[in-house]
Amino acid sequence: MNRHLLSIHDLSAEEVVRILDTAESFREVGTRVIKKVPALRGRTVVNLFYENSTRTRISFELAAKRLSADVINFSTGGSSVSKGESLKDTALTLQAMGADAIVIRHSSSGAPLTLTRWVRGSVLNAGDGTHEHPTQALLDLYTMRDRLGRLEGLRVAIVGDVLHSRVARSLSFALVKMGAEVTLVGPPTLIPPDAAAWGVQVSHDIGAVLPKLDVCYMLRVQRERQRQQYFPSVREYARLFGLSRERAGLLPDRALVMHPGPMNRGVEIDSDVADLPRAAIEEQVTNGIAVRMSLLFILLGGSGSQEDEQEAGAVRLPEEVPAGA
Amino acid sequence: MPAARLMDEAEVRRSITRIAHEIIERNKGADGVVLVGIAARGDDLARRLAREIGRIEGQTVPVGALDITFYRDDIGIRAEAPEVHETRIDFDINGWTVVLVDDVLFTGRTIRSALDALVDFGRPTAIQLAVLVDRGHRELPIRADFVGKNLPTRKDEDVRVALREVDGEDAVLVDDPVRSETGTEGVRS
Repeated sequence: MNRHLLSIHDLSAEEVVRILDTAESFREVGTRVIKKVPALRGRTVVNLFYENSTRTRISFELAAKRLSADVINFSTGGSSVSKGESLKDTALTLQAMGADAIVIRHSSSGAPLTLTRWVRGSVLNAGDGTHEHPTQALLDLYTMRDRLGRLEGLRVAIVGDVLHSRVARSLSFALVKMGAEVTLVGPPTLIPPDAAAWGVQVSHDIGAVLPKLDVCYMLRVQRERQRQQYFPSVREYARLFGLSRERAGLLPDRALVMHPGPMNRGVEIDSDVADLPRAAIEEQVTNGIAVRMSLLFILLGGSGSQEDEQEAGAVRLPEEVPAGA
Repeated sequence: MPAARLMDEAEVRRSITRIAHEIIERNKGADGVVLVGIAARGDDLARRLAREIGRIEGQTVPVGALDITFYRDDIGIRAEAPEVHETRIDFDINGWTVVLVDDVLFTGRTIRSALDALVDFGRPTAIQLAVLVDRGHRELPIRADFVGKNLPTRKDEDVRVALREVDGEDAVLVDDPVRSETGTEGVRS
């Protein structure tokens, strides 16, 4: 397996299955009285977060701690840090401190790839700009497979602001890779123009899509987009694309409702829909720890992470990055 | 590679029967005894031992499976992260006697890892060790309480246990990397 995880495109379908299978064992660890194993004792994991994030950072922190790795949290608070030199200097500092893995979240697409040029350890993308959020996609795949028993042939709708969503990109790529059928649903202004090239369907009518689904995946409405006039008003958006209780009733009995969090209850998803038994939103969070443990273990569990540093710069850039924030 | 057959189906069966009797004898019955097999193959052996003990004593013995991957001591040495198997211990081991079951006892490092893993599940009254084959060459101060067969081997030989459940047959096999011809008497000490 590649030393870094920057994009879903870094993984083969077999590697995805291995990550999910290994996560199964880590979920069992999470049910024990002592939820910690010595698998990565002596390794150091740095959480480098240039963008605010609570759940992803905590999830990675807990994952690394349950593997007995040492964890350093490096948050920049967002404003004063610019790209280029300072990211490089930070990287070199962490390198000098002997970080075996750097988990990075950055508002610029491609920042994790850039980081791989300067550090010897593994780089894990925890969300970069509007590019990708591969670990979220993997935990979503895990949750779907766990609840529905398979990935191949699953019919999944991803509803909302697909254009600016790194979650939607990673999840679409991952689902298509595993043989699922993906439909992107949202207003035309929020569907990426190149969506056809992803191997997915596009629809602007959520009501027509819902009755045929195995999974309805709701994206968070990023309220700041409303000011940029991607849609007229939050209320109108909620009426046209929100998953209301009535709309949720159109779903087949076994279909799941998922959301990457944090939710805007009453906007993209009604409060009581989020609490239905068919909603797997809390499981997504729990499974996220197991999946990140699995990734850290597979990436850092061998001695390979210390070798061939010149290979670091040779990582291919996965796909074009679309224009966006 | 030619493999010498050191135990056949009947011998494996007799060994399991004898070990089952020894476990009962040592523990004065099967009360308070649970079996935990180390994946892979130790878990299958543990299930067979439990069936045998159940047959003899007329009671059910809890069986668990333990994967020791996360407790191994070779993280800096191995090239890649190893494959992980399932761990399933559905019962409380606090206050019970745990009989750890494995197919081959060699360096003792697997058992060291298993002991670490087991104490994360609780504090058993005692831990005993049952193995189908003890091939020597210990690197740690560990010994088995119940042994199917002692097999003196060279360190570079490869001893494998085949079980019906995973391999379609019961046998203990040794691959000799040096000899090209082999017979069943081919084991050296």
